[in-house]
Amino acid sequence: MALTFNPKIFDDIEKGKKKWQKELEKVFAARPERLRRFATVSDREIKRIYTPAHLKDQDFMESLGFPGDYPFTRGVQPSMYRGRLWTMRMFAGLGTASDTNERFHLLVNQGQTGLSTAFDMPTLMGYDTDSPKARGECGKCGVAIDTLKDMEDLFAGLPIDRITTSMTINPPASVIWAMYIAMAEKRGIHRKVLGGTIQNDMLKEFIAQKTFMCPPIPSVRIIVDTVEFGTREVPRWNTISISGYHIREAGSTSVQELAFTLADGIAYTEKAIERGLDVDDFAPRFSFFFNSHLDFFEEVAKFRAARRMWARIMKERFKAKDPRSWWLRFHTQTAGCSLTAQQPYNNVVRTALQALAAVMGGTQSLHTNSLDEVLAIPTEEAATIALRTQQIIAEESGVTNTIDPLGGSYFVEALTDRMEEEAFEIIQKIDDMGGMLSAIEKNYPQQEIADSAYHYQRQIDENQRTVVGVNKYVVDEEIPVEVLEIDEELERLQIEKTNRVKTERDNSRVEECLERVGECCSGDENVMQSLIDAVKADATLQEVCDVFRKVYGEYRDPGIY
Amino acid sequence: MMRQKRRVRVMVAKPGLDGHDRGARIIARAYRDAGFEVVYTGLHQTPEEIVEAAIQEDVDMIGLSSLAGAHKYLFPAVVEFLKERGADDIVVCGGGIIPDDDIDKLKEAGVKEVFTPGTPLEEIVNWVENNVKPRQD
Repeated sequence: MALTFNPKIFDDIEKGKKKWQKELEKVFAARPERLRRFATVSDREIKRIYTPAHLKDQDFMESLGFPGDYPFTRGVQPSMYRGRLWTMRMFAGLGTASDTNERFHLLVNQGQTGLSTAFDMPTLMGYDTDSPKARGECGKCGVAIDTLKDMEDLFAGLPIDRITTSMTINPPASVIWAMYIAMAEKRGIHRKVLGGTIQNDMLKEFIAQKTFMCPPIPSVRIIVDTVEFGTREVPRWNTISISGYHIREAGSTSVQELAFTLADGIAYTEKAIERGLDVDDFAPRFSFFFNSHLDFFEEVAKFRAARRMWARIMKERFKAKDPRSWWLRFHTQTAGCSLTAQQPYNNVVRTALQALAAVMGGTQSLHTNSLDEVLAIPTEEAATIALRTQQIIAEESGVTNTIDPLGGSYFVEALTDRMEEEAFEIIQKIDDMGGMLSAIEKNYPQQEIADSAYHYQRQIDENQRTVVGVNKYVVDEEIPVEVLEIDEELERLQIEKTNRVKTERDNSRVEECLERVGECCSGDENVMQSLIDAVKADATLQEVCDVFRKVYGEYRDPGIY
Repeated sequence: MMRQKRRVRVMVAKPGLDGHDRGARIIARAYRDAGFEVVYTGLHQTPEEIVEAAIQEDVDMIGLSSLAGAHKYLFPAVVEFLKERGADDIVVCGGGIIPDDDIDKLKEAGVKEVFTPGTPLEEIVNWVENNVKPRQD
């Protein structure tokens, strides 16, 4: 044990603090403190000042150490941004596959280094555009993918053997991934070289984002199939992106985001081990996805605590031996829910601060929201400003000159410790319930998030919390930004395109393939290869998902509020 | 003869496939706290299902929430199906990410009010108090 500070200094600090407090009392007697209570955006109370006394028992090497070394508090790679900057990965998707392909080319030409795909709601839920459930939704909040043909158009002309692709997709993640692999193979690119991520995190869907298809247990079984298949066949692919982002957007606090996300990670790890996989074979391909919200220091502390906690969980709880299994690598998106429709240009500033927190927290990749995202899908101009925000942080601000620049800040370290402690308490609670699957069944995380969201909204309405332009500094305004419209004609065109594919394919081959998918789902066989075969035969997304729904049944929202 | 006035019954509904339910759930709670009887449909309802449930539950108002862009089809569809079922005395209002230009069109289609992000809960509750009365049996 080597304590960070020489114990002798604590007496001096205590004396100094008493003196300062005396002075302070005089100041506040003349003029009281600005607020009755100072708290983070998650309503965690913050002290007036932090000193080495808050880190009294901290052992530098045990709690912090060096980047690239256990417990990775200061970063997963030894070099961090001195070696390579984070991946600037802007989430994009709109209209048809060709429309989105155009946006991808634009972003790549402007210096973006990874692709990230947003799908429309029918695709996210495993429906084709012609489904009665899909009316009015085609291409609205992402790209519509019905068949392999759409996937081919989406990535046409893009160097997918060199660039990595992230796909935000959950219930039908296995099918969309099968389409991506099939598309690459048709272009002569071997699955072994493909790099990217599917979100594929169903637990947080039941908890927060609420796109679902089948009940939790079979949903997790399909996920374990993808983990197993990826480990064996697509070794550069991140088979799951364990996501706190949506938990936070649904209204959780920062510590709930952290705890629920890691608890989801624990559940997936347990299920994969139950399957008979070795933790060190699959854990290195797990990635994470967090929100970067408004409270700058709280977010930095969250990212640092997350790395340290996951390292400890993997090493101590799951006995992982490969250091790569201990890494918590994560993508960050700035907080969509923090943006305001009022005075929308202020959103550029909010996003910049949130992006800065993600960078100070050591993120591996980042999406910055566009100023108009609260109004509609971003225009090109707004998306470009958002990308430029990252480039300014990376190349002008100087914050990337040293690794973990806030490490050692009394405040940030104390907050990091507290975050870890509180999150482990929640994880303990979930363990006591029998793990995350049981907790979800009891609606525990759902209810906790609903409570936090309501509490936060009440605070805003009661002016205990400032939202600039909404409850303070309000102006009468016409919202001046240009909003991107999605052509209503699109739905008809997309249905026509899918119908063309259906008339040109070999239907008996499709049926045969779908039957195989069904057999794998009802039995123990890994479903992935049967999915690749089915989409190569031009089975549609919904046709495959209907097999899942038939075998496993459908999950319905319990409607908790 | 005076009948005892019953409480206003509101349905908060999520039409379409959009899963953003933070707003809908907060509104449902605010209505409950304001003393209304609240029915929350949960997610992923078709307009037909919402209208059917509204009639079954005998509500006075339906509040629709949409944040994924499909409001232009979904909101008017609810109004239309209510008409078809002879239940167009049920007030329909909506909220979510709705561009200004669409608000007028939705109102023309029979949506009585549209609330956009940042509207205080109190304002929404007050609107219901002033515009929705318990329907006659």
